[in-house]
Amino acid sequence: MVVGASAAGLAAAETLRREGYDGTLTLVGDEPHAPYDRPPLSKQILSGEWSTQQLPLRAYADLDALNLDLRLGLAATGLDVTDRTVRLANGSGVPYDGLILATGVRPRRLPGEGAHVLRSLDDALALRDRLSPGRRLVVVGAGFLGAEAAAVAWRLGCEVTLLEPAPVPLAHAVGTEVGRVLSQAHLDHGVNLRTGVTVAEVTEDGVRLADGELVEADEILVAIGSLPNTEWLTDSGLAVGDGVVCDQYCEVAQGVYAAGDVARWHNPLFGVAMRIEHRTNAAEQGMAAARNLLAAPEARRPFAPVPYFWSDQYDMKVQAYGYLRGHDEVAVVEGDLADRRFLAAYRTGQRLTGVLSVGMPPKAIRAWRQAIAGGATWREAVRPENTATEVA
Amino acid sequence: MSMRVELDVPKCVASGQCVMAAPDVFDQRDDDGVAILLEEHPGDELLDEVREAVAICPAAAIRLVDQ
Repeated sequence: MVVGASAAGLAAAETLRREGYDGTLTLVGDEPHAPYDRPPLSKQILSGEWSTQQLPLRAYADLDALNLDLRLGLAATGLDVTDRTVRLANGSGVPYDGLILATGVRPRRLPGEGAHVLRSLDDALALRDRLSPGRRLVVVGAGFLGAEAAAVAWRLGCEVTLLEPAPVPLAHAVGTEVGRVLSQAHLDHGVNLRTGVTVAEVTEDGVRLADGELVEADEILVAIGSLPNTEWLTDSGLAVGDGVVCDQYCEVAQGVYAAGDVARWHNPLFGVAMRIEHRTNAAEQGMAAARNLLAAPEARRPFAPVPYFWSDQYDMKVQAYGYLRGHDEVAVVEGDLADRRFLAAYRTGQRLTGVLSVGMPPKAIRAWRQAIAGGATWREAVRPENTATEVA
Repeated sequence: MSMRVELDVPKCVASGQCVMAAPDVFDQRDDDGVAILLEEHPGDELLDEVREAVAICPAAAIRLVDQ
């Protein structure tokens, strides 16, 4: 049984079938839609470039071929690991032999009513319908989601204000210098980026800042991060703490695995516990969890990926490999920050732990991914004078 | 019966995941990284790699179909 019918849950279900599991396979999802892709929501769906027809993760025929007991529009509400039963919102119980948890995250919200969030297809369509030239949109939070939405709204002709509590957007994720370069793009396009600004609440007329100022808006998008969907596991006895806590095999308890945004697992490649809200991780971890669930204990493999994400903002394509959080040093190894065309390397301890590129040919970054996957030291990968253009 | 690979180019996000999964079947354009289909009818020995690429593509842009 797989709980959660988005990228991670679907990847898990597909992998169970590919690996030869031919028994009953129940896939439960709380949204009414067939599994669909989320990254386009803040890009092509919000802009109107794509119709919702382009969003399903799989063609109907491919989904049908999986022979699933597919239960959509139905949330899981409880788990009994002793009886091996998942309780659903309609009161029914589904017994399982093996279980994969992939319930994802939901947006954090602010006090007050009337603001948009952007996580589901319904969220994206509701916001899209309200964006038209001249409308005033306030986006709270200048992380990747907020930045993408601001860029799309700007392109649609909206008057966009982007409010961010940190002095430099994304600094915690990509470092101060890179964060500054990415956020400069907002200013260059005429988006009113205000940093060091804390929003206290949503009101009828806009958002109220902590210092009492009202920032007026026709529409408000709150993009201040996510919370893992673990409440339904509270009485299960499973370890929960900013996600479902797993070991390096993605195992939570015997016969129970987790994958995707909700899973906090130990990544042995970096030697730290992490929870990754990236699209590629959802698929990779769904596949890994499914394989380990089916494997004999000695045949299981640790899940040790190099995380990858991309973001499209204005004319910039941002791509990054690795684990950038908590880095000690950033060095520009190709290109130039000021041109918004560069490749930056990230050092944590003695290791090369990440790379981020903007406006560079995507093929170029793959060599760096290999270096991270191979556990390259900073000294091996980046020349001491930090002007390297090749990977050792 | 052989299998055919379908690549939905407009959906591609240039992540290169398909190239890593199935390097004999996919490549990336040099300039923008968009995927290139090298082998529309891969041999049986490549199908597992292609299925891996289908599963791992973050844009759901690859299909493997019976024909």
